[in-house]
Amino acid sequence: MRRDAWWLQPTLVFLGLGAFIVYATWAAFQGVNYAWGPYLSPLYSPLLFGPHSWFGPEPGWWPRWLVFSPALLILWAPGGFRVTCYYYRGAYYKGFWADPPNCTVREPRKTYWGERRFPLIWQNIHRYFMYLALLFLVDLFVDFVRSLRWADAAHPGRVVWGLGVGSIVLFVNWFLLSGYTLGCHSIRHLIGGGRDLLSAIPKRAQAYNCVSCLNRKHMQWAWMSLFWVAFTDFYVRMCAMGMIRDWRIF
Amino acid sequence: MAQAMFRIWRGDARGGGFQDFTVQISDGMVVLDVVHQIQAEQANDLAVRWNCKAGKCGSCSAEINGHPKLMCMTRLSSLPLDRPVTVEPMRTFPLVRDLVTDVSWNYEVKKRIKPFQPRTPDAADGTWRMDQRDVDRVQEFRKCIECFLCQDVCHVLREHQLHREYIGPRFYVHTAALEMHPLDVANRLADLRGPGGLGYCNITKCCTKVCPEGIKITDNAIIPLKERVVDEFYDPVRRLFRIFRPKPQPPPAKGAPEAEPEPTRTAASSSAPR
Ligand code: SF4
Ligand code: SF4
Ligand code: FES
Ligand code: FES
Repeated sequence: MRRDAWWLQPTLVFLGLGAFIVYATWAAFQGVNYAWGPYLSPLYSPLLFGPHSWFGPEPGWWPRWLVFSPALLILWAPGGFRVTCYYYRGAYYKGFWADPPNCTVREPRKTYWGERRFPLIWQNIHRYFMYLALLFLVDLFVDFVRSLRWADAAHPGRVVWGLGVGSIVLFVNWFLLSGYTLGCHSIRHLIGGGRDLLSAIPKRAQAYNCVSCLNRKHMQWAWMSLFWVAFTDFYVRMCAMGMIRDWRIF
Repeated sequence: MAQAMFRIWRGDARGGGFQDFTVQISDGMVVLDVVHQIQAEQANDLAVRWNCKAGKCGSCSAEINGHPKLMCMTRLSSLPLDRPVTVEPMRTFPLVRDLVTDVSWNYEVKKRIKPFQPRTPDAADGTWRMDQRDVDRVQEFRKCIECFLCQDVCHVLREHQLHREYIGPRFYVHTAALEMHPLDVANRLADLRGPGGLGYCNITKCCTKVCPEGIKITDNAIIPLKERVVDEFYDPVRRLFRIFRPKPQPPPAKGAPEAEPEPTRTAASSSAPR
């Protein structure tokens, strides 16, 4: 029987993921304060509807009983990517479902299906979420570049290049999400891991090595990027609410 | 000389319990030394299996303070000695006596896995050519010493006793060594998904944590195998493409040698899975 603090790790996972879910859900249902100046919160990007969005203002078909928030239209994609991520799966099966509570610790339930049948067999869809996550990386990079373009106070209607702390926050967000996404096990497999003869595909073998390198620290990338996404939203939100002043470096 | 208390499980399949022993300990001792000392001085009939005392034969697996470990590789200096140290047999396998379990189930499982099936020899003399880069990956899996600690810790076996539907992490490592081998042409994906029970593994990485050889079982063997199974059975686009793809290469010609390929200048020697 284990006598060490085996409960600590699953508890931290529970608190960490739980805190993120609570914050992200709260932020997603706000529907306001997700943009300030050239900054856009990653929880709302890509902005499909709303001011300065891809498809114009709030659509007519939006149900009346639901607060309008463009985040609700897109968050399923990065959410699904994380939920089906191999690292998170192993972590939340322990932290949220005690399956097992931790290694060699007894479980509260007798029955066990694993990922062999419905519902968890759907975890196998992960690679499709990964394809979407790659598109989100492009989108978030575009957001970063746009965050450098400020309305020129002296000449209304014109834009100038500039750098504020918010842009750095957005860039770090993109960087951490890239490290997380590009270390994905599905990418590792598709880029070359699925082949036995890596020597026959030298370019892909190189890419495989890079992905494997990121993959070794996939857990760390997962947590850092998760925290930073929430922090980026928080930063933009605080700017939008006037609680903090973004520092413009140039 | 310092003293320590060891709480060792004694008994057989009919039952048993912990028995406490006070032992004299000295620098550099490992748990197996203590067990031997107890066997020599206090309990001559204490059953324990061991062989190499060097972490290479995989015989001395046990649970020390609840953690699956090799007794011969667990130094006392790595354990808190202010409390009794518990030593128990592996829980996943039937108990023979005291610290000895019957691990023969594993050998039966291994027999069911399709053996190494090399492609047609590359050269007229019946030898093959391999690129070192292609064998590098499976080299990791060949470090396995069959201690079965990963089998012991895996909750699918340990807690849910699904021995009949699940082959366990050790044999995912074994299958990965075969499946990823540059010369092997057999397909074991349907076996993995069906009788191999790969879907039962919920990637909680306990096996990786206990492996004394440091094999990244979950990340390098199990998840890549899961991805291959997805390719074959769950990815609708892949399945669609497969309809239009030419059939895979035929199995090797009759009479092709079954043995491990001869090492050549470009071939890595010990790369055919055991
Ligand atoms: S990762 Fe899979 S095989 Fe390894 S201990 Fe967990 S459930 Fe078992
Ligand atoms: S994979 Fe590691 S833990 Fe499992 S049997 Fe082999 S050496 Fe032991
Ligand atoms: S495995 Fe974690 S993102 Fe794909
Ligand atoms: S005695 Fe051989 S591994 Fe411990």
